[in-house]
Amino acid sequence: MTAIDPTAHLTAEQIEELGRELDAIRDEVIASRGEKDAAYIRKVISAQRRLELVSRGVLLFSFFPPAWLLGTAGLSVAKIMDNMEIGHNVLHGQWDWMRDPKIHSTTWEWDHVSPSDQWKHSHNELHHTHTNVIGKDNDLGYGIMRVDEDQKWHPFHLGQPLWNFLNACFFEYGIAAYDLELGKNLHKRRRKNPEFRARAKAVGRKIRKQVLKDYVIHPLLSGPSFLTTLAATFTANLVRNIWSHSVIMCGHFPEGVQVFERRSIKGETRGQWYLRQMMGSANISGSRAMHFMTGNLSHQIEHHLFPDLPSNRYAEVAVKVRALFEKYELEYVTGPLPKQVFSAWHKVFRLSLPNKKPKVDAPDREQELVAA
Amino acid sequence: MTSATLRSGAWKLLEMITTPLLPSDYLDLVSPLRAGADLRGRIEAVHPETGDAATIVIRPGRGWRGHTAGQYVRIGVDVDGRRLWRAYSITSPTNRQDGRVTITVKAIPDGKVSNHLVRRAKPGTLVQLDQPTGDFVLPKAKPAKVLYLTAGSGITPVMGMLRDIEFDDVVMVHCAPQPQDVIFRNELHDLVAAEKLRLTEVHTDTDGVLDIARLDELVPDWAERETWACGPAGLLDAAEEFWSGHGVGERLHTERFRPGIVVAGDGGEVTFSATGKTVEADGATPLLDVGEEAGVLMPSGCRMGICFGCITPLKAGAVRDLRTGEITEAEPGVLIQTCVSAAAGPCDIER
Repeated sequence: MTAIDPTAHLTAEQIEELGRELDAIRDEVIASRGEKDAAYIRKVISAQRRLELVSRGVLLFSFFPPAWLLGTAGLSVAKIMDNMEIGHNVLHGQWDWMRDPKIHSTTWEWDHVSPSDQWKHSHNELHHTHTNVIGKDNDLGYGIMRVDEDQKWHPFHLGQPLWNFLNACFFEYGIAAYDLELGKNLHKRRRKNPEFRARAKAVGRKIRKQVLKDYVIHPLLSGPSFLTTLAATFTANLVRNIWSHSVIMCGHFPEGVQVFERRSIKGETRGQWYLRQMMGSANISGSRAMHFMTGNLSHQIEHHLFPDLPSNRYAEVAVKVRALFEKYELEYVTGPLPKQVFSAWHKVFRLSLPNKKPKVDAPDREQELVAA
Repeated sequence: MTSATLRSGAWKLLEMITTPLLPSDYLDLVSPLRAGADLRGRIEAVHPETGDAATIVIRPGRGWRGHTAGQYVRIGVDVDGRRLWRAYSITSPTNRQDGRVTITVKAIPDGKVSNHLVRRAKPGTLVQLDQPTGDFVLPKAKPAKVLYLTAGSGITPVMGMLRDIEFDDVVMVHCAPQPQDVIFRNELHDLVAAEKLRLTEVHTDTDGVLDIARLDELVPDWAERETWACGPAGLLDAAEEFWSGHGVGERLHTERFRPGIVVAGDGGEVTFSATGKTVEADGATPLLDVGEEAGVLMPSGCRMGICFGCITPLKAGAVRDLRTGEITEAEPGVLIQTCVSAAAGPCDIER
């Protein structure tokens, strides 16, 4: 929680007006969704499948080093496409309007150890509704890190650079554990909860299938390339995990992003909700290829304002959203990937150590809470 | 081991290779019409019939089971990126050598799918198909005398019959606004020239709407004929009354194209069909609240339209998106976000 509320200069009326202007941007995209958008996602899905097929094919000959490099690179990109531009966005319901049962949030399953339905609950519902609210949005540090000065320090946090690094390497498993709320549910009494057990079983099934595919079946199919294919799939999963972890850290962790207190969202209006999404998210600047590989989460601010708009439209929406930031004199947190990743990591290191409570006069503090 | 267990074993292995996708997700990339795929068809040609009607030639996938003359097929077409399903009569004969089937579509005013098919459909496009269905068909035993009574696009299922089976004595009465609006006119006149059909065209722009009692004069022996009638509700209602009034109701077979038209209103009676509850709802209350209020167990999530955790099938009626005002009408497979949708007239939610 920052000492100075960056939205303090806005009146309640201005915040509601901002909300109306954002609604208008949303309506415009919804009214113009059409054939081109549908063709886009179909093309991406088809390209992803072809790339994965070809890469797996090349890996059958991965004992030959150039084939290993090519196949591993291709498979890494295919897995990133599956998780980012396709999976994350389809599971948000961004393409449900097409009414194609094969590209739908209720039927999609992704190349990830967390089953789609569990991830949808923890991500779409818990994280997106309660974005950056301490104690309600577990994405803030995933329950293993301290990412704000106002969070209580514990000696456990000394190790958080290491936890964060391990989480990056095995990110999909971290997410699965997180979606299961493993920390909370491992208590003796909760472990026996049938609902938790069913979900844990579903995760177990998904992990078994994914591991069998990547580390047994495909290496076996490669025959003499067994070991090199095994290494290739491991590498592709590692690359995908580190990449998506980095992108996702850039969404809410960099310096300049605000967090909120539980009490501040009581009775929140639509305008205030929008404002919280604006102040609680950060973008990544870069080329079109960069936006594509991040699944357009480089437009995290726009995504948090309109999580169900098709991802290919965030770039055009961003221009209008940014103009609103300027109009209302708010800070649009953005920067190139290395800068944002560094900023997020810097915060992880800095907050691994205890800090003094920021000195804020009590009246200001109250005002800030009212405004937020 | 039998070949069936071998095959299912091989398929299981394939599924392990492609998980979390299915082998068919990859096969669809190269062969969407293969046996075992979801039933689809490829549009191969679009032939204009009149100013606002066209015949669409479709090559159905290998799973197509074939049709009986007079039946219709539900077809799923992507219009402006959105898949919409409509039913159209099949106009091709059942014994067509090349395995293609045709539907003939008349563009109706504001009709999204019909206008798309008539004016914008391109050869090469994939469409989704259901198996053909419908009991507006000819009987196994050939009737001696036949009457086809049609109007407008109501001629399409009858054309499928005419092309399929020849009868000794066939009369057709067909209504259309003007001669150039008669779909299949050249082909009908060829049949007349070959003495395979007797045809009366009623041009309603000049002759007025057909008064059903005129059949006494147009087809004096109508009551002895096995009759198939298809056209607007007014014509069919009049025909049903006329036939049953003369005690020959069992000789008349009718087909209605548009059974119910949804009129979007503001609020209405909401039925939760799985629970068997019906309640009155206004046009401003989210259906999620309406359901919970009525004691129906509703799936829910963020309650503000962002998480898609509450989506539920809309089985009948229409709903309004409370954020955009957009109306969604029930169609098979249509899901709605109950937390941001309100009743726009009577509707049926599968909960």
